[in-house]
Amino acid sequence: MLLPELSYLRARSVEEALALWSEKPDARFMAGGTDLLPQARCGTCSPVCKGGDSSPPRTVIDVKSIPELREIRQTEDGSLAIGAAVSVASVARHPELRRHYPLLVDCCLSLGSYPLRNRATVVGNICNASPCADTSAALLALDARVAAVGPGGRREIDMGDFFQGPGQTALRAGELVVEVLLHEKYRGGRGHYGRIARRRAVDISTVAVAVSYFAGLEPGHRITLLSVAPTPLRVPEAEKLLDRKGPDAAEKAAEICIAACSPIDDVRASAGYRRAMVGVLAERGVRTLAVGAGR
Amino acid sequence: MGTEIKVEVNGVVESREVEGNQTLLSFLRDTLDLTGAKEGCNEGECGSCVVLLDGLAVNSCLILAAEADGHEVTTIEGIGDGENLHPLQKAFLKHHAVQCGFCTSGIILSTLSLLKENDKPSEQEIREALSGNLCRCTGYRQIVDAILEVVS
Repeated sequence: MLLPELSYLRARSVEEALALWSEKPDARFMAGGTDLLPQARCGTCSPVCKGGDSSPPRTVIDVKSIPELREIRQTEDGSLAIGAAVSVASVARHPELRRHYPLLVDCCLSLGSYPLRNRATVVGNICNASPCADTSAALLALDARVAAVGPGGRREIDMGDFFQGPGQTALRAGELVVEVLLHEKYRGGRGHYGRIARRRAVDISTVAVAVSYFAGLEPGHRITLLSVAPTPLRVPEAEKLLDRKGPDAAEKAAEICIAACSPIDDVRASAGYRRAMVGVLAERGVRTLAVGAGR
Repeated sequence: MGTEIKVEVNGVVESREVEGNQTLLSFLRDTLDLTGAKEGCNEGECGSCVVLLDGLAVNSCLILAAEADGHEVTTIEGIGDGENLHPLQKAFLKHHAVQCGFCTSGIILSTLSLLKENDKPSEQEIREALSGNLCRCTGYRQIVDAILEVVS
């Protein structure tokens, strides 16, 4: 089956990608394409993109042939940089990421299916800006930074500022995300990614909650909620409460998470079910870490 | 506006001009007449279009033909033919792991991709690798049994 009319352009350098975009400002940068091509096929953006850029892609600029975007590299300050064209599967099997950032690996292994993970990219997952983007649960907890290059040069965006709404990011017109950076001080954290979906593979999450702990950081605990708000969400009040380690901390943190989210009714679940499950998953995550389990 | 691509399919270099909106699945089936990869859902859910791209299982419905330029594609036709079957295909026959057959080529190729990464997968790892391949006939038991026999 053919897609609706689509122009395909391939960039071999970041400079070429930006130059191609400046000639066709309605073009979309494409990495794995596993979200973008179904959107092109439907003729509309996916429902999560409503309110965002709702026009389907008519021109794509493929960035997978840009060499530096295909790498996972160590930066001068000790951060690990995951290039925009690195597949979710490559992240999940990377020895250093497996050892030091296990929550990110768990989130990657929850995304899509085996063949999808071989194609989909972590950067594409966050640029699609779905409230259920699995990898964002870890990237938000890790305070990752998103490096983008555009007409105004290179800048880094804090993960906490990246999502603006369903399908909407802080990226400016013509900006290309080149890599996402994980700071060295987040090595060695432990986390638990709890996820409810109609089936374990392929389906997007109905609700997902990541609870993690990083010794020596402030806050030490991190909680991320997915699929229960217009964007993936951190819950700072619950994190601070967990750090104080008071009695009934798990239950109280779960209550704060429930109050912090604003889920909708849709085909996957009612808002009420989602709220209840946020509490269940948050509490489960906290207890899993408390007994020394989790990864 | 077409794009010139050169792609190695089952060991044969194919040089063609493709349109920007042609998927790799359509290129294989409609242009090269390799109909082993099937069109099911067309959105990456069912896995009946799975082929190997540079040795890794991918959904060919979610890849543009133009993206395959410079890469190697393996379809079920490159694994065995009607006379000479791959050991995995023989095991599928023995274990009755094929009923209607629509999902089979995708499942064989997802399995081969897994075995390239991990030649002694556990049953759990096999099931995980087949998570993107739907089979509505067999209930997966026979499929998993066939694969376990080949890896043991």
